[in-house]
Amino acid sequence: MKVGFFCPCYIDAVHPQSAISSYNLLRRFPQLEVEFIERAACCALPLTDMGYRKKACSLETNLVPLMKDYDAIVMPSGICSEQFRDHFDSVEQTDEVKHIRTHTYDVVDFLYDVLKVKELPWHPKFPYRVALHNGCHSLRYLLQARPTELMIPDFSKTESLLKMVEGIEVGYATRRDDCCGFGGTYAIWDAPCSGQQGLDKVNDYVRNGFRYVTSQDFSCLLHQQGVAMKHGLDLKFFYIAEILNGDAQP
Amino acid sequence: MRQVNQVKLGAEFIKDTAHRESHDRCLWAARMRRDKVARIIPEWEEMRTLASEVKKHTLTHLDTYLEEFEKNATANGIKIHWAETPEEHNMIVYQLFRKHNVKTVTQGKSMTMDECDLRGFMSQRGIEILEADLGECIQQLDNQAPDHIVVPAIHKLRQDVARLFAEKLGSDPTNDDPHYLNSVMRKYMRKNYEKIDAGMCGVNYAIADTGGVAVCTNEGDADISATVPPLLVMSMGIEKIIPSMADLALYVRMLSRSALGLDITQYTTHIQRPQPGQEVHLIILDNGRSDRLSSPDYWEVLKCIRCGACMNTCPVFRRTSGLSYDAVYMGPIGAVLMPSYDLHRYARLPYSCTHCGSCGDICPVRIPIPELIFYWRGVDVERHQSQKVHDLEESAAEILLRNSKSLALGENAALWALRTLPDWLTESKLNPWAASHANPPAPQETFREYYRKNLAGDKHSTDLKEDNNV
Repeated sequence: MKVGFFCPCYIDAVHPQSAISSYNLLRRFPQLEVEFIERAACCALPLTDMGYRKKACSLETNLVPLMKDYDAIVMPSGICSEQFRDHFDSVEQTDEVKHIRTHTYDVVDFLYDVLKVKELPWHPKFPYRVALHNGCHSLRYLLQARPTELMIPDFSKTESLLKMVEGIEVGYATRRDDCCGFGGTYAIWDAPCSGQQGLDKVNDYVRNGFRYVTSQDFSCLLHQQGVAMKHGLDLKFFYIAEILNGDAQP
Repeated sequence: MRQVNQVKLGAEFIKDTAHRESHDRCLWAARMRRDKVARIIPEWEEMRTLASEVKKHTLTHLDTYLEEFEKNATANGIKIHWAETPEEHNMIVYQLFRKHNVKTVTQGKSMTMDECDLRGFMSQRGIEILEADLGECIQQLDNQAPDHIVVPAIHKLRQDVARLFAEKLGSDPTNDDPHYLNSVMRKYMRKNYEKIDAGMCGVNYAIADTGGVAVCTNEGDADISATVPPLLVMSMGIEKIIPSMADLALYVRMLSRSALGLDITQYTTHIQRPQPGQEVHLIILDNGRSDRLSSPDYWEVLKCIRCGACMNTCPVFRRTSGLSYDAVYMGPIGAVLMPSYDLHRYARLPYSCTHCGSCGDICPVRIPIPELIFYWRGVDVERHQSQKVHDLEESAAEILLRNSKSLALGENAALWALRTLPDWLTESKLNPWAASHANPPAPQETFREYYRKNLAGDKHSTDLKEDNNV
C-alpha cells in the first residue's frame, strides 16, 4: 500500500515530534510504502474556518496533484484529516479530489480502520495514568469515540489503541469532552473565552490527579500546554503516536 | 444599528468569576441531567431523526398545514390573525386590548412576543405587561433582557435576586433563602393577578388536525393567562405547526429532556377552544420566516423547538452568558438565526464558536448548527460586514501557506522568534494568544529538517530548490 505522509504546518513548526513519531510508527508496518509529501503545505483549514472559501480554493488546487496518487494519505492531526474529508470542497470536485477526500486519515483512523491494528508488536510501555482528551473534531466529526451527547453504543478508537500500550491507565477529565477552547483562529479572535476554557480544562486534569495528557490532536494540547505553563501546572502533553510508538518520555 | 461585539461583552462576564462559575455550573448540570434522561431511552437517536423528519415534512407542506390549522382552530372558536411583521403583530394585539379596554396583562413566556418587543410597544401606550414566568419576571423587574430562552435569570445569583427584590418589592435584603424569595414573588404576583384584564402566552405546538395548541411550561404561567382573564391572546411563528396530535407526543418527550433534563415539563397546557365567556385570539407571525424557508442554505433553523439544549452545552455560551449576544435568540442557535434577522448587526455572532460540534449532536431536531456557522461566516466574508482584521489574517495565511517553500520560511521565522526573542516581546499585549498562554518550548528542528537529516536518504529531492512558484 502506497501511503503519503502529510505533515500539517502547525505540527512542523511547533510540535514536530508528533510527525516524527507518526512517521516512524508507520514505517514499522512492512506492508506500507511510506512517502513524505514534502511539498504539500497547509490543508486550508484556517481559511475555511474564517469563511474565506474562495481563497481556500487556490491552496486546495495546489494540493491535488501532490496527493492524488496515494492509496492512503495519513497525517498526525485529526483536525487536518477532518478538513480534507468534510471541507475540502472549495476546489472543483473531480474524481481525483473525491479520491483524496475519501482516502485521507489521521493516524488513529488509519491504524484502527485501515490497518485494523489489534496489537503493537514492538511492545511500547507507558506505565502511567494518562488523561485522554479526544479533540472535538476527531470526536464529533470523525466520530473516533462516542461523544457524550450521542446516545449510541459506547466505543473509542483512541482508547482502544492506547490500551495496547503496556502498563498504561487511561482516564478522563470530569467534563471529558467539553471543548478546551482552542478552535484554531478562535483562540486568537476570542482569546478571553478561549483562555478561560483552556484553564477550566487543565484545572480539571489537576483536580483528577493527572500529570500526563494525550490526544489525537496536538492543536488542542498546544493550547492546553500554553495555559498550563502560564499557570505553572505540573502537566505534560503527548501526541497519541508518541505513546503508541514508545517515544513518550515522562 | 451597531454591530454586536459578543467577544467584548463576553469578556466582561468572564472577568466576573462568581457569576461565570455559577452560570457555567448550572447550565452544565442541566446538560448532565439531559444526558442521563436521554441515555435511558433506547430510541433517543431515532427520536431525533423522526423529530427532524416530521419538522422537515411539515415545513415543506407548510401552506397546507397552516390552512388546515386555521380552518380547525376557527371552527373551535379561536380567532386567527396573520401578521407579516412585528409592527403588524403588535398593532393587532393593541387593537384587541383597546376594544376590551385592557390596562394590565399577564404574560406567559413567549419568544415570539419578545421577538416583536411587545412589552416595549405596550408600555409606550400605557398598557402594563406582567411576566408570569419567575425568571422572566425577575428580568423584567431588573429591566434587563433574558439571559437564556428557557431559564431567563440563570446568570443571577440568589444574592442578586435578594437585592433586586429588596429594592423593587421591599423584601429583606439580607435574606437570600430561595423559599423566602419565592414567597416574596408569590405575594407580589398574586396581588397582580387580581387586576389583570387579559392574558397572553406563546405556543409550543399548533396541531393542524385538531386546531388546538399546546403550551409547555414549568410554572403554569400559561394556565394563569389562559384561565383567569376573559381575553387570551397567543402568538406563534408560522413554523410552530405540527401535523397531528400523534406527533405531539414525540416533541413533548424530547423538549424538556433536552432543555433541562426533566422527563416532561410540569405543565402541558392544551388550549382547544375558548371557555364560556372567554375570547381566544392567536396571531401567526411571519417576520422573515417565509424567506428563511425559501433559502436552500439555512431553512433548517425553522425546525428549532426552542429547547435551549445548544446553549447549555455550548462552551462559549456557558462562560460568556446569553446577555453577551445582545439578541432575542442567543447561543449557538442565536448565532445562526440572528444574522437572518439583521446581517450587519449580528454578523460577528457566528465567530463566537470553537467549532466543537456539541450543539449539532445535542439538537433534538438535528439542526446542523456547526455547518450553518460555517455558512454565515462565508456570507460575512463575502459581504465584508465584519472586522477588517480578518483580511490581514487571511492574506498573511495565504502568503504563508501557498507552498512548501514559503511555508518553511514562515515556520523558520516562527521558530527563530520562539528561540531568540525574549518572553516579554513574544508575550506582548499585541499578541492576544499571550494573554492566556506561555510560549511552547521551541523545538530543535522542524519535521522537514529531521526528515532531510535522518530519513530522506538518496531519495531526498531538490524540490525546494526547484519549486519557485511562490
